[in-house]
Amino acid sequence: MKALVLERNLPRFAASRVASLLGSGRGAGIGPLQLLDAQAPERPGEDWYPLRPLLSGICGSDLATVDGRTSRYFEDMVSFPFVPGHEVVGVLDDGGVDFSGRTLEPGTRAVIEPVLGCAPRHIEPPCAQCGSGHTGLCGNLASGALEPGLQTGFCTDTGGGWSTAPLMAHASQLHAVPDTLSDEDAVMIEPTACAVHAALSAHVTPGDLVAVIGAGTLGQTTVAALHHLVRPTTPCTVVVGAKHPRQRELAASLGADLVVPPDQLVRAVRRRAGSLVLGGRLTEGADVVFDCVGSAASITEALSLVRARGRVVLVGMPSKVTVDLAPLWHRELTLVGAYAYGSEAAPEPGAPDRRSFELSIDLVGEASLGRLVSALYPLERYEEALAHAGAAGRRGAVKVAFDLRKPKGRTR
Amino acid sequence: MSPRPGFVLDVDHSTPPTLFWHGERFSLEKLPEGSRVIYAPEPIDPLTDPQAAIRHALTHPEGDQEPLPALLFPGMRLTIAFDDISLPLPPMERPDIRQLVMEQVLDLAAEAGVDDVELIVALALHRRMTEPELRHAIGDRIYDAFAPNGLLTQHDAEDPSNLVHLGQTDQGEDVEINKRAAESDLLVYVNINLVAMDGGHKSVATGLASYKSLRHHHNPETMRRSKSFMDQHKSELHSANWRMGRLIRDSGVKVFQIETTLNNDTFPGAFQFLQKREWEWKAKDRLAYVAASNALDRVPARHARSIFHTVKAPHRMTSVQAGEVEAVHAVTTANVWEQQGVVVEGQTDILTMGLPYISPYNVNSILNPILVACLGLGYFFNLYRGRPLVREGGVLIMTHPTPWEFNPVHHPSYIDFFEQVLSETTDPNVMSEQFEEGFATDPWYIHLYRTGHAYHGVHPFYMWYWCAHALQHLGAVIIVGGDPKAVHRLGFRAASTLADALEMARDVVGTSPTLTHLHAPPIMMADVQ
Repeated sequence: MKALVLERNLPRFAASRVASLLGSGRGAGIGPLQLLDAQAPERPGEDWYPLRPLLSGICGSDLATVDGRTSRYFEDMVSFPFVPGHEVVGVLDDGGVDFSGRTLEPGTRAVIEPVLGCAPRHIEPPCAQCGSGHTGLCGNLASGALEPGLQTGFCTDTGGGWSTAPLMAHASQLHAVPDTLSDEDAVMIEPTACAVHAALSAHVTPGDLVAVIGAGTLGQTTVAALHHLVRPTTPCTVVVGAKHPRQRELAASLGADLVVPPDQLVRAVRRRAGSLVLGGRLTEGADVVFDCVGSAASITEALSLVRARGRVVLVGMPSKVTVDLAPLWHRELTLVGAYAYGSEAAPEPGAPDRRSFELSIDLVGEASLGRLVSALYPLERYEEALAHAGAAGRRGAVKVAFDLRKPKGRTR
Repeated sequence: MSPRPGFVLDVDHSTPPTLFWHGERFSLEKLPEGSRVIYAPEPIDPLTDPQAAIRHALTHPEGDQEPLPALLFPGMRLTIAFDDISLPLPPMERPDIRQLVMEQVLDLAAEAGVDDVELIVALALHRRMTEPELRHAIGDRIYDAFAPNGLLTQHDAEDPSNLVHLGQTDQGEDVEINKRAAESDLLVYVNINLVAMDGGHKSVATGLASYKSLRHHHNPETMRRSKSFMDQHKSELHSANWRMGRLIRDSGVKVFQIETTLNNDTFPGAFQFLQKREWEWKAKDRLAYVAASNALDRVPARHARSIFHTVKAPHRMTSVQAGEVEAVHAVTTANVWEQQGVVVEGQTDILTMGLPYISPYNVNSILNPILVACLGLGYFFNLYRGRPLVREGGVLIMTHPTPWEFNPVHHPSYIDFFEQVLSETTDPNVMSEQFEEGFATDPWYIHLYRTGHAYHGVHPFYMWYWCAHALQHLGAVIIVGGDPKAVHRLGFRAASTLADALEMARDVVGTSPTLTHLHAPPIMMADVQ
């Protein structure tokens, strides 16, 4: 069995950072990522189950890690060496137990909710955030029974999805995949859950004008989440800035009211908001802006697009950026992060809260989000895969994933 | 030697290549044998003593109108409105006609002891003029006497405190115009009648009106019923303006109309070859063409644009008439026809035209794709009387680079119109119903129109409506050498060469089409028999 393994190797991290200047994902060929023989990690406890990956996606945070561009903020929340891959659909060859305590039969396909919070770390009582279901906000990411790691795919003890060897999944992480979903659908559940969490925590109100910056995986799934989970109870107008033609087609098909090239987004929002322009910023812009890129430029644009007292939601993972926050101060803007997933309040009064993942599983099926999986690669072609993922938009792709089901050969 | 009239050339094997404008550049194209080329009349002789002619016009008015001196008295409110930057094209060498006329009007006013005088630029929904542009149009003496004291203003169609609603015509059209102009004891309008569409009641009823008023005739239906809007008697645009103008008159607004015409001496010195007939080019013309072409080909488009926008036309005044609006305009129109009319026998299957760098709405600016469409399908297509030059279902071929490029200061709403409206529809009716009001009332556009140098938010719609008659009439529109993306956004077809365009046109009009080339500018009017 093989796995892509990332080791702590500062010179190689530096080299990958330089190589990434040629393009996102280019750090794979020269950096600390290596394809090695692998075995399943040891079970950290009785409530852990081996999950043999079938497909594992390449996320923007993975690319940043491979390219050595991740914020140093995360340094204490990873443990080396680790196998990346947190967007995983796999099979429980020996069965298991899911997050709700339900028994899963051997051969069940499952996805993992990769956050390694208090439950996987066997920390009792759980922290306040985990106790209220907001596992993504757990403060014990470097404590308990596991080595540090904010998620599966960043922790040396659990293994990760970029491997033909099983990873270890804690019962609290496991969600069975319905038979109606394909593997491609299922590998979209994790990124979609991020979008679900972002959309439901953005405080969109009826009649709002919502702008989405970026139309990669997070942008597309955010549009889908807004359309399927927010709009039924909270009608709103969704305007998307998408760079590439394929992205524009997809965003429109997923429910965006208007999709424009990025350089037209400010004007499109201005027109719909009936706004004036002051100092290059809209005076009455979008009520909510989802930044699904996370760069200095996108954050700056978000701050210029949003109305006074509006909300900017950072969905894409930012790193160290330089941004002028004067408009945030002057216009009393809210800049808020939307990380991972947790427990989501039901829109209907009295209905029970649901995990972001549960909602995501429904949404992926309803919106056929498996179509966002554009290319599958075997592990052996990881450099090619990462380069493809790094240039996904330009190459007409959205999600690129590793296909661990076959020993060799690209299946799509 | 007296100037020669317009001319229709039948192309044969000995005919040299024909000059086509291509924005800030030009080319020589070999037209198929049997094609026709329409050349404008040569510039007619200008008035030998313009000052005397102006004086005579002011003191010997047309129609039922007293001489200007008799209308001036101490204590009166006098307003002088004048045409804006859109006229003439290209801007004329100093002194501009407006300066010559206004200086005499002001002298007469001073002699009569009139001290309440204000000047208003009749912008309608056009952009405000800059100080240099104003100085060029009315001269430094007038500018310095009025502007510093706030007595030179630019009509603001979005200033409710300075608009007055005079009523509705019998067709239910609102007539709302500039309050100062309406409430003056005398409104003197100083016009430059570059084309037959200009002047008459349109000067005040359009130039000093609000959106509420303009929308009654600046709409797709009116433009489709104006065949053409260069022919007053077949133009619903004019009918509406005449109804409004008469209501203005009947409301007690006293208008003293001063109209002028120009000869079509369009290009100075080095560019004179542009208005000559190719087979008459001398060695210096050929040299000038080669030199200009080579130079322009070597510089970026924006530099070429800058070069051309410095060109001042050697236009000279050919007539001036003043007095009652309709009587004045009848004389003016006849004078315009004398300079520009060309008799053309029959229509054509394919009409070709080379579009230059300038239109009424991009002086010192960019001819953006919407203005390209308007120049070709609005202005040049409508340069006819009788029947359109091209038959119904025929093809219009235009040459222009049509860059996806806009001046954000002058044309902010054009950018949004191009991105948002034309991406959804090119149907004038649909855009009128679904988008026009939103653009017309957009507070940002209104702000830029009132305080900056931006055309009004609704203006790109009007440019597209200007094309409505041609869009309905034509079987296809092809732009040669244009940015394909921009051309397709306009709903037109893009061709790399004229030969390719002709091939494409044959798919529409058949394999043996007739072809006519409109060799403009200089401007001409085809009287299609």
